[in-house]
Amino acid sequence: MTTTPHRRIDAAGLVIALLLLALAGLVWSDMTKLQILSPYDLGPKVMPIVVSIGLVLLAIGNGISAFRGDLPARDSLDWKPIILILGGLAILIILIALGWGFMIGTAILFAATSTAFGRRAFLVDLLIGAGLAVFVYLLLGKLLTLSLPAGPLENLL
Amino acid sequence: MEAFLSLANGLSVAIQPMNLLFALIGVLLGTAVGVLPGIGPALTVALLLPITFKLDPAGSIIMFAGIYYGGMYGGSTTAILINTPGESASMATALEGNKMAKAGRGGPALATAAIGSFVAGTIATLGLTFLAPYLVDIAVSFGPEDYFALMCVAFITVSATFGDSPIRGLTSLFIGLTLGLVGIDILSGQSRLSFGIPELYDNVEVTTLAVGLFAVGEALYVASRRRIEEEKLEPVRGSLWMTKQDWKRSWKPWLRGTLYGFPIGALPAGGAEIPTFLSYSTEKRLTKHPEEFGHGAIEGVAGPEAANNASAAGTLVPLLTLGLPTSATAAMMLAGFQQYGLNPGPLLFAERPDLVWGLIASLFIANGMLLVLNLPLVGLWVRLLAIPQPWLYAGILVFATIGTIAANPSPVELVMLTAFGVLGFLMRRFDFPIAPVVVGLILGPVAESQLRRALAISLGDPMVLLESPISATLLAIALIALILPFVMKGLGRFKAVED
Repeated sequence: MTTTPHRRIDAAGLVIALLLLALAGLVWSDMTKLQILSPYDLGPKVMPIVVSIGLVLLAIGNGISAFRGDLPARDSLDWKPIILILGGLAILIILIALGWGFMIGTAILFAATSTAFGRRAFLVDLLIGAGLAVFVYLLLGKLLTLSLPAGPLENLL
Repeated sequence: MEAFLSLANGLSVAIQPMNLLFALIGVLLGTAVGVLPGIGPALTVALLLPITFKLDPAGSIIMFAGIYYGGMYGGSTTAILINTPGESASMATALEGNKMAKAGRGGPALATAAIGSFVAGTIATLGLTFLAPYLVDIAVSFGPEDYFALMCVAFITVSATFGDSPIRGLTSLFIGLTLGLVGIDILSGQSRLSFGIPELYDNVEVTTLAVGLFAVGEALYVASRRRIEEEKLEPVRGSLWMTKQDWKRSWKPWLRGTLYGFPIGALPAGGAEIPTFLSYSTEKRLTKHPEEFGHGAIEGVAGPEAANNASAAGTLVPLLTLGLPTSATAAMMLAGFQQYGLNPGPLLFAERPDLVWGLIASLFIANGMLLVLNLPLVGLWVRLLAIPQPWLYAGILVFATIGTIAANPSPVELVMLTAFGVLGFLMRRFDFPIAPVVVGLILGPVAESQLRRALAISLGDPMVLLESPISATLLAIALIALILPFVMKGLGRFKAVED
């Protein structure tokens, strides 16, 4: 893990430092809207103050590492599988929000993830995902009586 | 003596048929997820939290502990048979274990791992039995400022002291602490960082965070670098049984591994990596067969495996007696207690001795079950590795999303799950540790309430933290633990003693 330090400024590291700084600002500005009820101590403001100061210090620390190029080496990135998986999740969320239940979305998520990991049988995987969804629905929804978002398909079972 | 009596009472709880069943389910699940790459015990407990909400607390907590122990056993199987340890705790095991498997001695490697885990688990659980009442006695005298200081020690050691980079570890911790702020503040009734979103008012769910970081984040990460990795499963060849020579070479490393694992696990230092690598380097130094190290020396499997199981039991000491989680799995177990309104600590020992001692007694039973499950049935577990990777990760994501939505039926929760997944992916890519985020989210609000209680008692004077001798000492320890890794560059090189 101790490779020779490359003396290049790490752009991604700088972005991380800026994000931490932004987060610290968010926590701080949210804190200023709080009201102190007790006359003696800072109450709900104590922890946000501690956290935002910590985040600022860490943003500086991460920034210094980025300038020194101290970040660990990274592998090349394959974007396609990431987009597939996030796309599957997005479809699931939209379908549930539209009230279509979770089964169709779950089947699509299963097939999309499986494709992301290199399988080339989308329709077969769609069926497997659907089977898995039915199984989970019967187990959780019917046996353990947890509430799962129901749509037209779920109401058939 | 007192401990024996309590343990006997606990045993009467643990051998109730339902609790035995829960222990069995726990160790079966734990072994399975330990064997499977990509899922660990922390994720499994997280996924089970919403499902077990309606079950009996004693039973589900016994099951969670079974998963923790089982994960440690199962992880060694994967580490030995394919060179990709399912968990960081099994990294040292993979070094020699996989070489042994390649040389056709996979059987004895699995056997020494399983028996060593059993020996270490049993001794360490005994240690827990006798140590816990003492710690409870000490903890009773702790005031809120002392608890707050203790949590500072845990925060620092978990995130900064032993990692690769203290800055990245602390960054992870503070992300967790920030997430812990979200929601309505119980003491003042005001909402923080909620931005008017109703789902955020009742805090960030631990389940959603853990599942997002561990399941979705891991899936994204593995998928993004799928072409880089290659795994090869070594078949188990030859006899499963250890020869007389193997026994002779294994028993001392087992005991030494236990001696490393239990105390280091019990200190709020976090993680099983340090004791396993300490054990590995010790065995390498003490062995009478130095020429075999690097080519499959049985001592190099026996020691670290014992160390990682002993540290799992050690982790339960601060968890049960002080409510301090020092690993991701312990943090999830704490969340498991919290969902029933139970708070581990001295009070729990006084109020629910049946539950605490039932849990401790069931650990002995779980250990026995695991030995039986793992040695003769190892062939069965290995078949789990035949599940194609695409289906495995697709299945993990399906369970992750359904588990999340079953806990909180709202699409917003899934959006948060996805966001945490992306966060987990980025953290893996840039080598930020994951566990401190979870510990920060769970322990942050607890630390805050202790701090505010202390400040309320002192009428807002922060000097109260330094006036209590216990608190002052603990804060000094925290400060040293924070400064040490900057001064002595590379305590994290405990991890790098591989060669």
